[in-house]
Amino acid sequence: MLERRHPDLTKNREVIIRVRGVEVGFGEKTILKGLDLDVYRGEILGFVGGSGQGKSVLTRAILGLVRKRAGTIEVLGRNLDELSSDERRQLERHWGVLFQQGALFSALTVKQNIQVPMREYLHLSDRLLDELAMLKIEMVGLSPDAADKLPSELSGGMIKRAALARALALDPEIVFLDEPTSGLDPIGAGEFDDLIATLQRTLGLTVFMVTHDLDSLYSVCDRIAALGEGKILAEGPIEAMLASDHPWLRSYFHGKRARAVMTGGAQG
Amino acid sequence: MAQGTLAQGPDMTIDRAGGQTTIRLSGPWTAPHAQRVEALVGEIEAEADHFPVLFDLSGVERLDTLGAWTLDRTRHELSAKGQADFANASPEQKILLEEAAYRDFEGEPKPRHARSVDFLVDVGQSVAGAGKDLVGGVGFLGELVAAMVRVVIHPRRFRGTAVINQLEQIAYRGVPIIVLISFLVGCIVSQQGIFQLVKFGATPFVVDLIGILVLRELGVLLTSIMVAGRSGSAFTAEIGSMKMREEIDALRVMGLDPIEVLIVPRILALIIGLPLLTFIASIAALVGGGLTTWVYGGISPDIFLDRLRAAVGMNTFLVGLIKAPFMAVVIGIIATLEGMAVAGSAESLGRHVTSSVVKAIFMVIVLDGLFAMFFAAINY
Repeated sequence: MLERRHPDLTKNREVIIRVRGVEVGFGEKTILKGLDLDVYRGEILGFVGGSGQGKSVLTRAILGLVRKRAGTIEVLGRNLDELSSDERRQLERHWGVLFQQGALFSALTVKQNIQVPMREYLHLSDRLLDELAMLKIEMVGLSPDAADKLPSELSGGMIKRAALARALALDPEIVFLDEPTSGLDPIGAGEFDDLIATLQRTLGLTVFMVTHDLDSLYSVCDRIAALGEGKILAEGPIEAMLASDHPWLRSYFHGKRARAVMTGGAQG
Repeated sequence: MAQGTLAQGPDMTIDRAGGQTTIRLSGPWTAPHAQRVEALVGEIEAEADHFPVLFDLSGVERLDTLGAWTLDRTRHELSAKGQADFANASPEQKILLEEAAYRDFEGEPKPRHARSVDFLVDVGQSVAGAGKDLVGGVGFLGELVAAMVRVVIHPRRFRGTAVINQLEQIAYRGVPIIVLISFLVGCIVSQQGIFQLVKFGATPFVVDLIGILVLRELGVLLTSIMVAGRSGSAFTAEIGSMKMREEIDALRVMGLDPIEVLIVPRILALIIGLPLLTFIASIAALVGGGLTTWVYGGISPDIFLDRLRAAVGMNTFLVGLIKAPFMAVVIGIIATLEGMAVAGSAESLGRHVTSSVVKAIFMVIVLDGLFAMFFAAINY
């Protein structure tokens, strides 16, 4: 089992993503109502919240896929609204995204998928391009013969791994994971959690993980932020979540499923 | 942030003091500096000649998988000649160097065949593919007929709403474009006809030309081609994307026959819709032809209609109409088969939609030719 590090919470740590007063809505409906959130360098942040509360919306707002109505988002100390398109491209090299369904390009093999961002941004010799793609494939725990397969020939777990390899292609500083363990069996999900923790340590990643998986929250997340009513209800390590008396958090972390994970975790 | 790292790229100094080579690396050894990194390791390989070789990492600001991989690969290649090691790596760098340790990725180059062999393989595969298409088509026709018979025996299983819905998509919404195209083609044919026939002083015969050509061939052909493009492609895309998302499998496990639910209504709608559209198209082409003969040939609509009545018999009209349902079946079967053949990727969907339209248009024209021979043979 991986040991969980307890970072000295907010003190002296570089804020890598700073979200302030972000409002996002569609039509009449406002989903995020002035949300504030800090993500610190080198941590694994678990982002939880009920369905439809806007977890994905916040992720997409940070990534620039959804327009926000108000507020600022700073990534690596740069305000995203003030960047020219060139600067933005520069910045985008520093993050990788694992979409929920993988979003691998279906016409390309796994290896080609991983090479897409490399070809676009880096000047590599063909040899290095191949070697690095194979290295990423091995790092995420896929066998080398998966390299020449098309996404349609992969299982759900392999798709997630391949998509993670693509997200890591440019050695990003921040990785966004949208429900990385959804659709995986418990063993596969556990392995994936371990993989994320290992990669986070070796590559010094900052991980922003949207998840529903209580196991992930317990085993790999340094800090958890809970979203509700368009704002952050609570943030902090798992202990703080457990201690919170907000009704939603209580039912989330003290429900039947959560208790099962907790007792299991205590034994293991 | 970005500027700072770009300004100072990776660098190194090579020191050959004391019978060994010490390579002092500095700066960021990361992906954005890939070109420089590759150049530097090339230099190392060329210049490190005194063993043992020591890579001093103390000056490295940042290391990522690209840097770690290229360094360890170089170390590995040098170690074939003598000792090569890393020194002064920070704990994080050590982990990374281990994670990105050099390994041989086997089975890389695929055997390449000669062009001529590839060409022959391609030809063989296409012939085999065409044969499979034919067998598949006939097999599917059988399934389709069986499904239709089932529907006839159990009329409750007939999906009237679906047929009407498809009929709207195929026939009703297709009327404007088909009318427009047929009208224009009617105009063009009659104009050219007049220009040629006037040389023989036989201008009035343009009415015969238009009447027979449009009713026998053009109306049904234009309609079929348009329907293949409009509705055939839509069928393939609909059925193909349903296949991709396992919707077809979902139907099957619910005990519903996809052929009965999805395909029979579409093909029935085609069989009903195509003759209707053919009729409309023929009329539009005749109107276009009539107007043009009036403008270019000075034949008034009254005379046009009189001559038309004399020139075409019921058989001319029926020849066109009889062909329409057959065209419908061909278009429907090809579109469905292509849709069912879609696998996995978006590219595959695109390829099958294209090939559905191309094959359908090709088969429609071939079928029209066969009908022409048939009707000539029976003198109809």
